[in-house]
Amino acid sequence: MGSQGGFYQSKEFLDLVKSIGEARSKAEEDRIVLGEIETLKRRISDPDIPKFKMKEYIIRLVYVEMLGHDASFGYIHAVKMTHDDSLLVKRTGYLAVTLFLNEDHDLIILIVNTIQKDLKSDNYLVVCAALNAVCRLINEETIPAVLPQVVELLAHPKEAVRKKAIMALHRFYQKSPSSVSHLVSNFRKRLCDNDPGVMGATLCPLFELITIDVSSYKDLVISFVSILKQVAERRLPKAYDYHQMPAPFIQIKLLKILALLGSGDKQASENMYTVVGDIFRKCDSSSNIGNAVLYECICCVSSIYPNPKLLESAADAISRFLKSDSHNLKYMGIDALGRLIKISPEIAEQHQLAVIDCLEDPDDTLKRKTFELLYKMTKSTNVEVIVDRMIDYMISINDNHYKTEIASRCVELAEQFAPSNQWFILTMNKVFEHAGDLVNIKVAHNLMRLIAEGFGEDDDTADSQLRSSAVDSYLHILGEPKLPSVFLQVICWVLGEYGTADGKYSASLVTGKLCDVAEAYSNDETVKAYAVTALMKIYAFEIAAGRKVDMLPECQSLMEEFLASHSTDLQQRAYELQAVIGLDAHAVESIMPSDASCEDIEVDKALSFLNGYIQDSIEKGAQPYIPESERSGMLNISKFRNQDHHEASSHGLRFEAYELPKQTVQSKIPPASLASTELVPVPEPVYVRESYPTTTVSSASSDAGSTELKLRLDGVQKKWGRQTHSPATSTSSSTSQKTVNGATQVDGSNTSNSRTRETYDSRKQQVEITPEKQKLAASLFGGSSKTEKKPATGHKISKSSSHMVEKSHVPKSSMEVASEKKVPFQQPPDLLDFGEPTVQSNAPSVDPFKELEDLLEPTTQVASAENHGSTAAATKSPDIMGLYKETPAGIHNKDDSDILSGLSNPPVTNMLGGTTKTQVAQSSKGRRPNLKDSLQKDTLVRQMGVTPSSLNPILFKDLLG
Amino acid sequence: MIKAVMVMNTQGKPRLAKFFEYLPLEKQHELIRSVFGVLCSRPENVSNFVEAESVFGPDSRLVYKHFATLYFIFVFDSSENELAMLDLIQVLVETLDRCFKNVCELDIVFNYSKIHTILDEIIFGGQVLETRSTEIMRAVEEISKLEAASNAITLVPKSASGWLSR
Repeated sequence: MGSQGGFYQSKEFLDLVKSIGEARSKAEEDRIVLGEIETLKRRISDPDIPKFKMKEYIIRLVYVEMLGHDASFGYIHAVKMTHDDSLLVKRTGYLAVTLFLNEDHDLIILIVNTIQKDLKSDNYLVVCAALNAVCRLINEETIPAVLPQVVELLAHPKEAVRKKAIMALHRFYQKSPSSVSHLVSNFRKRLCDNDPGVMGATLCPLFELITIDVSSYKDLVISFVSILKQVAERRLPKAYDYHQMPAPFIQIKLLKILALLGSGDKQASENMYTVVGDIFRKCDSSSNIGNAVLYECICCVSSIYPNPKLLESAADAISRFLKSDSHNLKYMGIDALGRLIKISPEIAEQHQLAVIDCLEDPDDTLKRKTFELLYKMTKSTNVEVIVDRMIDYMISINDNHYKTEIASRCVELAEQFAPSNQWFILTMNKVFEHAGDLVNIKVAHNLMRLIAEGFGEDDDTADSQLRSSAVDSYLHILGEPKLPSVFLQVICWVLGEYGTADGKYSASLVTGKLCDVAEAYSNDETVKAYAVTALMKIYAFEIAAGRKVDMLPECQSLMEEFLASHSTDLQQRAYELQAVIGLDAHAVESIMPSDASCEDIEVDKALSFLNGYIQDSIEKGAQPYIPESERSGMLNISKFRNQDHHEASSHGLRFEAYELPKQTVQSKIPPASLASTELVPVPEPVYVRESYPTTTVSSASSDAGSTELKLRLDGVQKKWGRQTHSPATSTSSSTSQKTVNGATQVDGSNTSNSRTRETYDSRKQQVEITPEKQKLAASLFGGSSKTEKKPATGHKISKSSSHMVEKSHVPKSSMEVASEKKVPFQQPPDLLDFGEPTVQSNAPSVDPFKELEDLLEPTTQVASAENHGSTAAATKSPDIMGLYKETPAGIHNKDDSDILSGLSNPPVTNMLGGTTKTQVAQSSKGRRPNLKDSLQKDTLVRQMGVTPSSLNPILFKDLLG
Repeated sequence: MIKAVMVMNTQGKPRLAKFFEYLPLEKQHELIRSVFGVLCSRPENVSNFVEAESVFGPDSRLVYKHFATLYFIFVFDSSENELAMLDLIQVLVETLDRCFKNVCELDIVFNYSKIHTILDEIIFGGQVLETRSTEIMRAVEEISKLEAASNAITLVPKSASGWLSR
């Protein structure tokens, strides 16, 4: 073993390491380490241990923590060591704190002062140690404390210090660009440093700055080029050579920077051609680092304005990479090829063989890189081969992350380049079958949309062919055991929508299959919900077509089961189905128009039709609606609530009291009122943040003193704080508290206010979930306004679409469903006080009773609702009033207008539905040969996989056109 | 930038772990374990690069090198060059070799803080600082000399061989 210098370790430590090394099991190792921790804990707290012993203990602590055990009891000792005068101890302290602490740790505050002092030290090694700590331990808030010293160090006589100061400044920039934005010019200045090492260090921050903003550094192109030229011509001291290459790391950084600066800039690029060409020639391709520089040259050439000569050199270099035996170089070659084919696609042709070899390689990394290349060069001519390959690979791997990625790539390519509908459907089937649950739900929605809308051309024949082939293959595939949920959802939806559209399959066959699905996957509620809705559609289409509907016995028993289901969603769907079946053809036709899944639904966001009702209510003495933004204290409250939710989720049980419903109220309370102070859980917000639920007594008392200068009722407060667990009590407490004050009127409105706030909060959360889904909807429907509705309009949509929803929500993807249908669910908490809106099942749903009632007798509902409304208005209880104002009355009132708007739509959509039937015959004919074709191709590819040498040429034709 | 440097033996025991962005202890260990899981299942004679996005999140690459009983692992993002990182591992190992003369796993285990010092000279705040192993050696030497001088306590070296004689 080498000399130890200052790094000497004691025998004890060596013994520890040895015994850990010899441990035969994880349990044994843990036992040894825990014993060590005990020893260290005991010794480290000894006040007069010698420094060098302390240093060793700290190193042992670091070691223990590397092995995965908590050593936080020693952090403070490590911090103390940084204060020491001895360099050895200080450095050990800094090493330990950089490994132990993060920049937001509480102990950092104890180190900042030391760092400041050390940055000014005469000993440059102390300065270096401090700079090292600065990189790791200084956060946005503490940057100003050390920034002046670090900037000063940029001019330090030692180049090692200058280098590190630049890096530290770079780090500051990464953490908080704004805090050092005025110092960015320093990087430019340091580029001209006498020491090449410092210049090289400056390239790191400059690279990052240029990545963000290319245009302000264009003037540096000439400087960078001349630096690169000097480096390449070996003008740097010999010491900078690495494996006979002149300063390769600096060359690489410079080439990266030039690639950024020359991208899409002909003039700048022209300056670079000569030097890049030189490097191509001079590079030693026998060493690893030489190839690294070569690879960087290729990247640069493919990024800057193209130059034919350079492209040629790049292609040569790539072919050298690909022909090499080293997997690393092949990998780099494939990557480089992927970059270059964007500029000159023809270059791929000469490397066909190499690419195929890489695809067959046992090295997974190389294989994946090759798939990435194939993905980039996919065209409509080679899509079948590539996607087949990808799917084969996808089936063979277990890595879910990559499986997901490659599945989505397959889907993307299939959508973009599909040569035929049949192929597309078959491909999607394969993807879903093997990676179904990994595939993003959006992909499934996309597929449904594609089947519903067709490929965009105004070719109805092709669209219905697509649908028929989908139905064909789905009915076939349903026989397979254990399909992924997402795929089943797609299948159910398509079967419901188009299962009987072409007349090839009878309703009883399709419904039978759907019932089988619902039974076979009885623990998947979403699938069951899709199946029931599909059943309803098929029956509805049958009724509308004037045929008599006989429900299959298994379907009937299924419905009975669902009518009593625990899932309100399933229940509702079953009730809807029952209701639909009882209606006559005309009514069914208007609520379930066939092939209307792509129709838009008009939404009146302003709810203008409600104006009359509102006017009435206000005249009767109701409070006018105050928009969310204008309500005072709203923001604060919702913020607290969010915090609460966090807390609640991390702790499970909540031990803190709930905060006051309204902050302003507090000030109004007369200090003498004992009852109110007792009820007010004053220190609450404080320990929410600190999250010390167990130490409430002490913190409560101290904080109570600071926030409120009233009676010190520590015990009482704690008692009350503990008791108020449920939102119900918090509301009641606020009410009673007001009653003490005497103003009953204000009281009531306040209580209702706090209630409405609750509902608004829950709504807010809902809205928060949806933006990405909204995006999807926007892309599906060309930015229709439905999804942007305000929370209040939610009711309306769910109602207005109640007849359309079952038709429309599925194609629109369940995000629509979720946002539309979840909203009504917020009413139950208001009406029945379920407590919280957890009722929202993952499946979309509408309150079944209301829905049914709406369907059957909308007019009576309105009447009764208005009755309620008026009675509510009449009663003195403002609480109930507020609720009615907010929710049910509004909804029922909307029904009239919605039914009307719903009725106006159907005729149009029906006509659309009629056209589909005509194309049945063609579609069934068209399918067979294509299927055979693709099967043949598939087997061909498989064969080729086995014997690549003999059959490859054909594959290339496919691959490379 | 470089996100992490790890050294572990072929049984998956971590010998050195340095993360340039702070990660909680548990997360560090989870990462070390999953990296080992990936590495030990890789066959011989394949590339030194591994897809690391499933372990380290988007835009992360992993380069490793296998020396005797040790894996040297660098994790970094797209602003670094894979082959160059492979050479940086080479720089680290060459330096260690100079430092300990025929470096082996035990040297790394027993000279824990020294390895950290060396690594700090090569990588600083996640950026490559120095790639000349002579220069790194010189810096480390200087540090240990000064440390020894600043420390009144005499720490007797076990042997006089090693880099002092070089």
